[in-house]
Amino acid sequence: MSPRDRIIARAALEISDGMYVNLGIGLPTLLANAASDRSDVLLQSENGLLGIGPYPTEAELDADLINAGKETVTAVAGASYFDSAESFAMIRGGHIDLAILGGMEVSANGDLANWMIPGKMVKGMGGAMDLVSGAKRTVVIMEHANKHGESKVKRECTLPLTGRGVVDRLITDLAVFDFRGQGEMVLVELLGDTTLDELREKTEAPFIAL
Amino acid sequence: MLRAMGKVYSDATAAVADIRDGATLAVGGFGLCGIPENAITALRENGVRDLTVVSNNCGVDDFGLGILLANHQIRKMVSSYVGENKIFEQQFLSGELEVELVPQGTLAERMRAGGSGIPGFYTPTGVGTPIADGKELRDFDGVPYLLEHAITADFALVRAWKGDRLGNLVFRKTARNFNPLVAMAGRVTIAEVEELVEVGELDGDHVHTPGVFVQRVFVAQGLEKRIERRTVTTVEA
Repeated sequence: MSPRDRIIARAALEISDGMYVNLGIGLPTLLANAASDRSDVLLQSENGLLGIGPYPTEAELDADLINAGKETVTAVAGASYFDSAESFAMIRGGHIDLAILGGMEVSANGDLANWMIPGKMVKGMGGAMDLVSGAKRTVVIMEHANKHGESKVKRECTLPLTGRGVVDRLITDLAVFDFRGQGEMVLVELLGDTTLDELREKTEAPFIAL
Repeated sequence: MLRAMGKVYSDATAAVADIRDGATLAVGGFGLCGIPENAITALRENGVRDLTVVSNNCGVDDFGLGILLANHQIRKMVSSYVGENKIFEQQFLSGELEVELVPQGTLAERMRAGGSGIPGFYTPTGVGTPIADGKELRDFDGVPYLLEHAITADFALVRAWKGDRLGNLVFRKTARNFNPLVAMAGRVTIAEVEELVEVGELDGDHVHTPGVFVQRVFVAQGLEKRIERRTVTTVEA
């Protein structure tokens, strides 16, 4: 299993029956097609759709029906449409059970950075800042190391923050961590063949292994 | 003012004719979905400059608001996500373009507030991040919130699916997005509609934007409705 596949397979277990779930752009989008088949889960797209369905067939293609990643999608039976203010009322108002977002850096304190690299990348935060401050639970999924092999799980984030102390759970290709406030980051699971020694070596942030 | 007969314009060129250099525009759409294509093209043709544009995104290099950027007509953008546009990045990094990045929910609410007579509001979004710099922080029940200010605009440009000459609008699927909020925030709101129907044809229960928010209506011509990311499933035979 590739590192990304391992992350996606583990992240899918976070989605339980009856949940309203928002999936972020990038890595989390890969969860959507599987999750949209589940009749007991409704996926929210912050551009104004509750009930994202699978990608359309050529015949179903509709320029007026896209997800927040601007991909063409379908809507499930029972879906609803709304404007952006109502969409973020759902998000900020605590009505969305789970947000799964991608990350550039996560710190031991549960801080998340995922929207900007000063001087290099100007994309913007989109809905990420609202999601991490409003969803009942925030799960971040990302590869453990960047392309230079450096830990993205940091003592402190070096990039501009999306939210401070907002991450409840982090899933990487090596492990699953929970954040319990006061900078306490706890190892929940080792994934694949990862050993605890290997994880400590590859993780800049200090963590507690119970 | 109820000027029902006077709301209908012949086309985009006529509807945007009095937008002047330096105007602030609120523009509907999410990505390329639900954008007022005709009004954007008309602005490109009449060449107004130094625009401040409030819009969730800024199109792509050759479509949507991107064509106004490429023509150097925009001085400042207020957006949440601008990652699809190389010209945008170049103009921003060179200092030609001023940019205010706003979290998407905050952007929507700022326009809703602006159209609702509410000058500001407190939100948890962005506390502890760079966007909180210089903003008032206030605790409610021990939780910190940021003060954000409302947005209004000289003109609002929206696209709707159906409209009537009273300005009542109905949007379709996710093409609704920011359009109703943009319509509220504009002092003069210009709606391009795919179909102009007779008064009474729209079910009042199904109107998304009541006509009181809309000053001008015209029928959109030759909409491209470009798809930004065409994702399909192939059906197994």
